[in-house]
Amino acid sequence: MSRSLFHRWPALVAAVFAFSFAPAHGAVRVLACEPEWGALAQELGGKLVDVAVATSALQDPHQIQAKPSLISRARNADLVACTGAELEIGWLPVLLQQSGNAKVQPGQPGNFAAADFVRKLDVPTQLDRAQGDIHAAGNPHIQTDPRNIALVADALATRLQQIDPANAAQYAQAHADFAKKWQAAIARWSAQAAPLRGTAVVSQHKAFVYLYDWLGMKEVAVLEPKPGVEPSAAHLQGVVATLKGAPAKMVLFAAYQDSRPSDWIAKNAGLAVVKVPFTVGGSDAAKDLFGLFDDTVARLLAGAGAKP
Amino acid sequence: MRSIPAAFVAALLLPMAAHADDAADVAALRKDMEALRAAYDARLQALEQRLKSAEAALAAAPAAATSAPQATAAAPPPAVAPPPPTAAAAPTATAAAGGGANSFNPAVSLILSGLYAHTSHDPAQYALRGFPLPADAPIGPGTRGFSLTETELGLAASIDPWLRGAAAISVAPDNSVEVEEAFVQTTSLGNGLSLKAGRFFSGIGYLNPQHSHTWDFVDSPLAYQAMLGGQYGDDGLQLTWLPPIDQYVELGVEVGRGRTFPGSDSNRNGPGMVALTAHAGGDIGASHSWRAGVSMLDAKASDQGLVATDAAGNRFAQSFSGSTRVWIADAIWKWAPNGNATRTNFKLQGEYLQSTRNGDLIHDVGGANLASTYSVRQSGWYVQGIYQFMPRWRVGLRTEGLDPGTPDYGANSGLIALPTDRSRKDSLMLDFNPSEFSRVRVQLARDRAREGGADTQWFVQYQMSLGAHGAHSY
Repeated sequence: MSRSLFHRWPALVAAVFAFSFAPAHGAVRVLACEPEWGALAQELGGKLVDVAVATSALQDPHQIQAKPSLISRARNADLVACTGAELEIGWLPVLLQQSGNAKVQPGQPGNFAAADFVRKLDVPTQLDRAQGDIHAAGNPHIQTDPRNIALVADALATRLQQIDPANAAQYAQAHADFAKKWQAAIARWSAQAAPLRGTAVVSQHKAFVYLYDWLGMKEVAVLEPKPGVEPSAAHLQGVVATLKGAPAKMVLFAAYQDSRPSDWIAKNAGLAVVKVPFTVGGSDAAKDLFGLFDDTVARLLAGAGAKP
Repeated sequence: MRSIPAAFVAALLLPMAAHADDAADVAALRKDMEALRAAYDARLQALEQRLKSAEAALAAAPAAATSAPQATAAAPPPAVAPPPPTAAAAPTATAAAGGGANSFNPAVSLILSGLYAHTSHDPAQYALRGFPLPADAPIGPGTRGFSLTETELGLAASIDPWLRGAAAISVAPDNSVEVEEAFVQTTSLGNGLSLKAGRFFSGIGYLNPQHSHTWDFVDSPLAYQAMLGGQYGDDGLQLTWLPPIDQYVELGVEVGRGRTFPGSDSNRNGPGMVALTAHAGGDIGASHSWRAGVSMLDAKASDQGLVATDAAGNRFAQSFSGSTRVWIADAIWKWAPNGNATRTNFKLQGEYLQSTRNGDLIHDVGGANLASTYSVRQSGWYVQGIYQFMPRWRVGLRTEGLDPGTPDYGANSGLIALPTDRSRKDSLMLDFNPSEFSRVRVQLARDRAREGGADTQWFVQYQMSLGAHGAHSY
């Protein structure tokens, strides 16, 4: 038995090859690493795309595992749309390696990194892990500024046209419609959020720099002593002391985070707590990209008005 | 002689003299500083401007190149969205920013690991009851006291658009250097296929393909120590295939020279090792995921030197020639609330190994030299659970068993008597992970796999990784 197996292994290899050429499918299969890019691909692709999302709004996108279900999705994807800027560095490389899918490897049209198309903030001048979980390319949480979404939409629409040239005109049309609606929405949100300009805020994780950049809010303290390091009691005490000198209105945390550090600081420094949906699905109202920013702005305004 | 104290006095008095026009000086200084700052600001702004235009030019070139064919087919996307006032509309070409010969350097990582071990029995006399193994087999708790465990240097990069390469060079505490892994792997075959060539850990089972620094306990399970030489790595080829279905299924075939136990290096043209692997997996809701599989390893050995220990602790040299087939069934289930493993998570994993050895054996080489046929079926298993009960802290329990089976020595039955009793071992561990790059672990084990009573083993271990951010498999 064992002897015959040694002699038969070339046949086994050949059999594996023979089965691997499977029939092609219809819609463009998109695997989005985060819900915001899944929602954007859906806006731009409509019925032409079949979108799967690797993570939910309740998961920390830094800490995902290359689990079997994701490997099989990456294997069958025509396009993998992720944030990039090293946000998914702990799992995406191994996912792509194990997928056996040439189309989605780095450098291929099927590999899309949204952060490549926006200007990054918080780009570290010095790369040392003593600074915590920093990203060489800059802060990867670009989706909290709707103007970034617009830039990524331009690039993603182009990419979809490249991958599915037969339907290029439809992607272009969908993009034109989306861009028009999105621009009007940005104008509306910016007007609504005008009272937030100059508001001093505290963040649990350095996840909102793009949001602050857009709305002109001022981050006076961060609850994590270093990016990705859990807030310690001593550090929180220090933040309370800092806030005595530079008072803030509210503390922000993302839907996937543990609310306890924010709750603690809110109680001890007299701040309003704002749970930011952070991505599509992060709150009941954040059903799509428009809902995401409707809800984010509404929650920030409520936070600013809630307490003096 | 007199000039020295005079100068000294003058030096002392000078600041006093300067005191008079202090205010004027400060104002002048401030003015100078302002001018300097303004000059710097202007230069910085100019530099920033230049950087931005350079980046835009760099990024525009490939973008234009890739989208050129589409530009004619589709109406150009309308620029309704004006870019953020501070943002450059074009991608920032981070990869191009480095420049120079270093920018193509592979990702480099280094694993630093050290151990303190305290055992109630002498580890030098350690033997797995009933399992004849090579003299250098990595079994038991290692050395007592402080020791370095493994220093592992990892290098990985794309070779070209079609291949990637990776190597893991391990330096053992005795200063010997070992090529743990060194392989090239395709990235461009497509159709779910991936081909690996070189030296690599076999894809059999669950733990085997993983590097030891990602294991949840200090040591590998007894079943791995007894039947796979700790961890099975070989030189050869590996082909894996994911069928084009939504369900995760991965099939693998490996051929190799059969370099290490249960195989043995020898002079032959054909493969000394063949392995087949099949795994399936998926999610159950948002909080659960699983993977399970069956693997088979066939390895040939010729004149494989073994050390057998009888119930009295006497050691005999043996030589085995024949084939070994190892079957492995493995399963893992992971839980994290809503799939968010940051705060709490739990994983339960187990493997069952069964090894069948068939061939010829020479017992007590150099002594009685009893030659006989040899046939034995051995087995072992472990089950372990790891619970992260709060961020950074995990606790784990592993329980395992070994069955050396009853060997059939053919005509010589009765002349060779090795113990056939089953063994058990239980391990409890607690680890603290200050960050995802560092870990400190305490482990307590009660090992009843050796003759001479249970061995109580204490370990304190650190494992740190520096350099490139590793991405770990499921």
